[in-house]
Amino acid sequence: MASIADYTGNSARANVEKALAAAKSNESYHALLSLTEARALKRADAVDRGEITGRLAGVPFVVKDNFLAFGAPTTAASKMLENFDAPLQATAVEKLEAEGAICIGKANLDAFAHGGSTENSAFGPTKNAHDQGRVAGGSSGGSAVVTALDIVPFALGTDTGGSIRQPASFNGVVGVKPTYGAVSRYGVVAMASSTDTIGCFATNADDAALVMGVMTGRDVRDMTTLPDFFVPTTGVRPQKIGLIREYMSDDVDGEVRMAIEKYVDRLRAAGHTVEEVSLPAVKYALAMYYIIVPAEVSSNLARYDGIRYGHRAEGVQTLAELYGRSRDEGFVTENKRRIMIGSYVLSSGFFDAYYQQAQKARTILINEYNTLFENYDLLIGPVAPTPAFRLGENTADPVKMYLADIMTVPPSLAGLPAISVPGGTSASGLPIGVQLIGPQKSDATLLALAASVEGSQ
Amino acid sequence: MSVYNDYEMTIGIECHVQLATKTKLFSSADNDARDAEPNSKVVPIDFGLPGMLPVLNREAVTLAVKAGKALNADIAHISRFDRKHYFYPDLPKGYQTSQMYQPIILAGYIDAPLDNGESVRVRIHHAHMEEDAGKLTHYGDYSLVDLNRAGTPLIEIVSEPDIHSASAARAYATELYRLMTYAGVTHGDLYHGNMRFDVNISVAKYGATELGKRAEVKNLNSFRSVEKAAEYEFKRQIDLIEKGEQVVQETRGWNDDKQITTSQRSKEDAQDYRYMPDADIPPIVLTDEEITEIQATVPKLPPEYRKEFAGLGVDSSVVGKIMSHKDYAEIVSAVLASGGRKAAKRVANWIASNLSTDETEVELQTPDVDDLLALADMTEKAEITSNAATELFNALMNGEVDPRKLAEERNLLQVSDEGAIAAIVDEVLADPASAKAVEDIRSGNDKAIGYLVGQIMKKSQGKANPGLAQKLIKERL
Repeated sequence: MASIADYTGNSARANVEKALAAAKSNESYHALLSLTEARALKRADAVDRGEITGRLAGVPFVVKDNFLAFGAPTTAASKMLENFDAPLQATAVEKLEAEGAICIGKANLDAFAHGGSTENSAFGPTKNAHDQGRVAGGSSGGSAVVTALDIVPFALGTDTGGSIRQPASFNGVVGVKPTYGAVSRYGVVAMASSTDTIGCFATNADDAALVMGVMTGRDVRDMTTLPDFFVPTTGVRPQKIGLIREYMSDDVDGEVRMAIEKYVDRLRAAGHTVEEVSLPAVKYALAMYYIIVPAEVSSNLARYDGIRYGHRAEGVQTLAELYGRSRDEGFVTENKRRIMIGSYVLSSGFFDAYYQQAQKARTILINEYNTLFENYDLLIGPVAPTPAFRLGENTADPVKMYLADIMTVPPSLAGLPAISVPGGTSASGLPIGVQLIGPQKSDATLLALAASVEGSQ
Repeated sequence: MSVYNDYEMTIGIECHVQLATKTKLFSSADNDARDAEPNSKVVPIDFGLPGMLPVLNREAVTLAVKAGKALNADIAHISRFDRKHYFYPDLPKGYQTSQMYQPIILAGYIDAPLDNGESVRVRIHHAHMEEDAGKLTHYGDYSLVDLNRAGTPLIEIVSEPDIHSASAARAYATELYRLMTYAGVTHGDLYHGNMRFDVNISVAKYGATELGKRAEVKNLNSFRSVEKAAEYEFKRQIDLIEKGEQVVQETRGWNDDKQITTSQRSKEDAQDYRYMPDADIPPIVLTDEEITEIQATVPKLPPEYRKEFAGLGVDSSVVGKIMSHKDYAEIVSAVLASGGRKAAKRVANWIASNLSTDETEVELQTPDVDDLLALADMTEKAEITSNAATELFNALMNGEVDPRKLAEERNLLQVSDEGAIAAIVDEVLADPASAKAVEDIRSGNDKAIGYLVGQIMKKSQGKANPGLAQKLIKERL
């Protein structure tokens, strides 16, 4: 797969035309919902004329279609926003454009980022880059696949409970979920405010670090952003690494465990220490996640009411009908499921029993992480219990689908940086990802460590 | 003996105060939407576009901290925002950002002066910050949404149910208005809804151990309507009970034309707001030092002015009128400080008797204190008549300056030159028309002096000093 360095210095127009051609020849994967062709070519010419310069000048990329970005509607893969043209761009997109990067299209996702397979897109699923009969993972499935197919050297995603890491794992690319607050959420369609993060896919860890270096930083338009801390580094001192025991149980696919152990061997060979550690609260993490996140989802999706923008039902008689039908028609089943769960756990009489309890448990989980990080620099484990599953395999059973998130939600709940790096393939050739998790603000270290063992055996 | 005398009303008031910030609570949009084109004071945050995030206006926090001082309340070191969910077209995000669990202003109290010179203490339960919603205008078969007001910063001041009469309700509302305007928390433009009152009222027989079911009369925007609504509800609820019917717990509206309350929605329709913490806004953290620093900038508040004015020797109704607007209180206070009690008393009386005390008036002219002192001095020295003083005072309040020059221009200065007045006195005494009066005075009837003084004033075109004229008449007769 090509790296960013393979693009810089070329004619921007050639880069963009090549990416657009690759996008068109790979339409069968349904990784992209739209191409921003006209705008991309215009910007490419501006780069070639020297009007736009920067560290990513002329480098094409793709955004997940829940970033407000010019050139095509921002749909969040939903009927609700099918025709929504953003009047402004997300901070992350603006920062990349300021460095000369060129957005060539918008990637498919589970509608409003609700899901782990991209099968919940209102416009049809994205297919796995390595096996068209399997899911791309999700919710940032399209972004993972365009990176894996070498259409672009990097793509943007959002990760609320694994939506970057899991599709990165399923498609064999690097996926970065940064520390909560590292990248501005301004201009990104909100899913769950307390765990939403903005990250990227890349073909290698150094490229991911470069992109994150551009996107991260304090933004006055997002009060939750942290002061600038991300500085890409090279070379890491020997790390003391904890292998999370709960993630290596018999419930986890044998080939996945083998891939992790193999990666651990590579780390040890590079001079790092790896010991088994325990994180008991993770077994409750999924329960916490599927209370807190639907609660926030039900709140963040309340604005889609058909009044000011977005889908508006026709032929309605009353205000209640306008709300009911617009939302019924504009949301997919999984959106409605989460709105229902969220509304329930927030309702009077249940708030204390569900939401407040989940928040208390979340604090316990955070404390367990903090305790481990007193003795360990970072943690390691799988990204998902299995490699990519078959299209349709889990759609009938939401709980089974949610179980695929079991290893990615704990760092999200704790606001920790976590990355997915390729850890080889299964016997049938499906990629398997390795998850590296660090304390807050250790993002650059995680990427530097991953880079240091890339290509080793 | 009326049946109403057997009952006591219990009132708690929630008051929404619009903060005098330049921009909205969470966006850079202009906070002054008065008379603006619909949807012209709106940025994407107010519009609830996808991906928009709130950015807390620190000035709103500062004003809330100031309000806390006026309410004699503690300020929370940590307060947070929560989301209150409901669907309505004037609510762009589907939730109102408010403070449910950890409000910024904690318990406090205010003492509201009553007409009889006493005061009533009303405890404040808490006050929290929140954003306003937009406005709907209904037409035949459609409605239009105006989001200019959406996101306007408010504090909602929640009283304890310490109020037991309609007049006390009015006094509380009035004093709250004074406190908030004096502290600079709000512009206090009642006409534009800068302060809105929700009055919760129940009735119960004296001695009852439980309060009655309460009705909430929402969105009252004048002190008078607070009082009238409480009076109306008091009778309505007692009438229901006396008829053997139940008071329904419900929200009611005030019809100002008919002076009645009407049912809007009952408790059965009460919404579940599904409150939850707003993760987009970090907690507001304030140290004692920060709170002290902000509160040190709060100007003099009504209770301090009242203490000052207590020694003026004017009627409590005069003090009430001076206090009705911060600018008046400032003027009297300044005159008192530099001109003394007598001058301040004069100015206080001028204000009380000559000025509109329209509670919705916001923009006032404020005369120069030195001019007022000069005017008080001229009056004290009898250089002008009291009518002339009133005329000149009004001129000063209308923006004119230099009372001495004004008095000269308007020919209002009294003649105190003894020689000049003596000439007129002699002229009048010599007038045959005065013969009868002169006769009366000589025979000991002093009442006739008034007639002669009147003639002298007439001849001098009102400029003669009447005291001097009287003295000269007596000397001559």
